[in-house]
Amino acid sequence: MLRFIAIRLAQAIPVLFVVATLTFFMLKLAPGGPFSAEKSTTPEIQKQLEAHYGLNKPLFSQYLTYLGNVVKGDLGPSFKYPNRTVNELIGQAFPVSAELGFWSLLVALSLGLSAGIVASLRPNTLTDYIPSGLAMVGICLPIFVLGPLLVLVFALKLEWVRVSGWDDWIDRILPALTLGGFYAAYIARLTRGGMLEILSQDFIRTARAKGASPARVVLRHSLRGGLIPVVSYLGPTVAGLLTGSFVVETIFQIPGLGRYFVTAAFNRDYTMVVGTVLFYAGFIIVFNLLVDLVLVRMNPKLSYE
Amino acid sequence: MSALLRVENLRTYFHTRSGIVRAVDDISFSVGEGETLGIVGESGSGKSVACYSLLRLIPQPPGRIESGEARFGDCDLLHCREEKLRAIRGNRISMIFQDPMSSLNPYLRIGEQVIEPLLIHKLASPNDAFDLGVAALREVGIQDAAKRMRSFPHEFSGGMRQRVMIAMALITKPELLLADEPTTALDVTVQAQILELIRRLQQEHGTAVIFVTHDIGVVSGFCDRVLVMYAGRVLESGPTAELFYEPKHPYNQALQRSIPALHERGAELHTIPGAPPDVTQPIRGCPFAPRCEFAEEKCITSEIALKEVTTGHATACLRVQLGEIDLTPAAVAGE
Ligand SMILES: Nc1ncnc2c1ncn2[C@@H]1O[C@H](COP(=O)(O)OP(=O)(O)OP(=O)(O)O)[C@@H](O)[C@H]1O
Ligand SMILES: [Mg+2]
Repeated sequence: MLRFIAIRLAQAIPVLFVVATLTFFMLKLAPGGPFSAEKSTTPEIQKQLEAHYGLNKPLFSQYLTYLGNVVKGDLGPSFKYPNRTVNELIGQAFPVSAELGFWSLLVALSLGLSAGIVASLRPNTLTDYIPSGLAMVGICLPIFVLGPLLVLVFALKLEWVRVSGWDDWIDRILPALTLGGFYAAYIARLTRGGMLEILSQDFIRTARAKGASPARVVLRHSLRGGLIPVVSYLGPTVAGLLTGSFVVETIFQIPGLGRYFVTAAFNRDYTMVVGTVLFYAGFIIVFNLLVDLVLVRMNPKLSYE
Repeated sequence: MSALLRVENLRTYFHTRSGIVRAVDDISFSVGEGETLGIVGESGSGKSVACYSLLRLIPQPPGRIESGEARFGDCDLLHCREEKLRAIRGNRISMIFQDPMSSLNPYLRIGEQVIEPLLIHKLASPNDAFDLGVAALREVGIQDAAKRMRSFPHEFSGGMRQRVMIAMALITKPELLLADEPTTALDVTVQAQILELIRRLQQEHGTAVIFVTHDIGVVSGFCDRVLVMYAGRVLESGPTAELFYEPKHPYNQALQRSIPALHERGAELHTIPGAPPDVTQPIRGCPFAPRCEFAEEKCITSEIALKEVTTGHATACLRVQLGEIDLTPAAVAGE
């Protein structure tokens, strides 16, 4: 198993390298620069700024310098927030996104799994149509519609919660429901599909022939196989949830990584963009690895090859 | 011999989009304590559905038990409460299935599955259950049983998995074992071993067995009595030897002629012309009539019930019942 993890982490290095390189050069292809938006700066000051950050050097030498710093774990200075490093900014914004992601994941898993399991127990009856229908709605409803909708009802009409902000625990509710609701819909569909597949297998009949109760049939004999599609899906999903959702963070004014990232892209804050992308890529790699480890434990036919 | 299980007028239909499949259409039979009853019939004749119906294991919908009664002790298996039936399943009545490759849960360890009936029915503590599981695996001839408890099904061959199924089914010492073609999916040498194993364990434990097979040859050395099923009905039933040597239904007679092993070398091997009827259509009269060389007008027009013609030997052939034809080999040869 350790060998498996080591190999996978070694494989991640070239992936991260390619990601860093591609993002770096694509950004440079985009018109404008980090200081062109600030109309007040004179050309001289702009030149000075560029010299300060090394932007006047040849492109390839900028790239090598950047890469050298990244290897040392230094994602460079932010071009937009003077005197702040990208490491600091990520360190400040990531916990916020991670907390939002955690609550959203909780919502997504609890709603998604229970809806999916209930739906699979009696396919094509009312107890299937209702959760499946809700899941369909959840999938079709974009986050930028669901979020404002929830705000409209629970914040503006009922006044149970605040419209936006990120101070109290009560501020967590709507964002988590918005972000988690969308993923819950997906998880419900995956769970239902996976469970239906398992419940139609011969070995379920064997379990019933042994006198197993319906609860035992589901919990002991079906869940492990039925949840495999969900777990596979969770790898990139959890990484995405924890590293922030731009849409939800914008709707609810949450100072998370997603918002920093998009602001950085608009401002051509080169280092911030590449840094966030690398951070995100690293997360995806780690979570995919975790998921694969879990899958091997869940499915005895798999092994660490 | 008192009856352990008495089935009356069992009817199981599947309500499918292409019509009502009359998979089991009014069958009655009984099994005595410790007795082995064979059920033979071609593919699709309703043998499996009849077995599954007894433990209410058919998929519902589309399946439905339309009528009947299955007396087992003080309980009607077809109509008793779900909890009551669950207490019987895997405890007093166990089942083994046709395909050992798909009938074991691939996600659970062998040991866990083998001892599960003991735990479900609270017949042993988890610790004792483990030891009983090891003993059960050893009894069905699995080497290194204690170690094998931790294996997963995919690490076993088909024959070994069927042994595991048998160990699992018999671990609660059931009164009745339903064996649905337990050897069909295995190769011939393994088949013989598994049959031998079932027979030995059955004799040791005094278990009654309903043994389903489409291979009439397997029945002869194994069963006390046999039912011959065709298109969801029982056409003939009787003691095994009589069924072979004194067939009382043209279908059974035709079946006998189609078995190579029962014939002298070089003798002509029969195949039955035609195909079994479409069970989505209601059948009037004898379902075998369209393929029967003895069929007459009345075979199609009258309702025919299974009737005992000699002690313990019943036939659903009207003309045999009326004494119009005699199918015993001696009579056939004398013609
Ligand atoms: N789930 C189902 N839905 C619809 N029809 C079914 C279903 N299960 C069985 N049948 C039908 O019931 C009839 C009897 O099937 P059954 O499985 O009992 O046959 P069998 O005698 O066991 O044959 P085999 O030797 O192939 O196992 C067949 O016509 C089959 O198509
Ligand atoms: Mg069958």
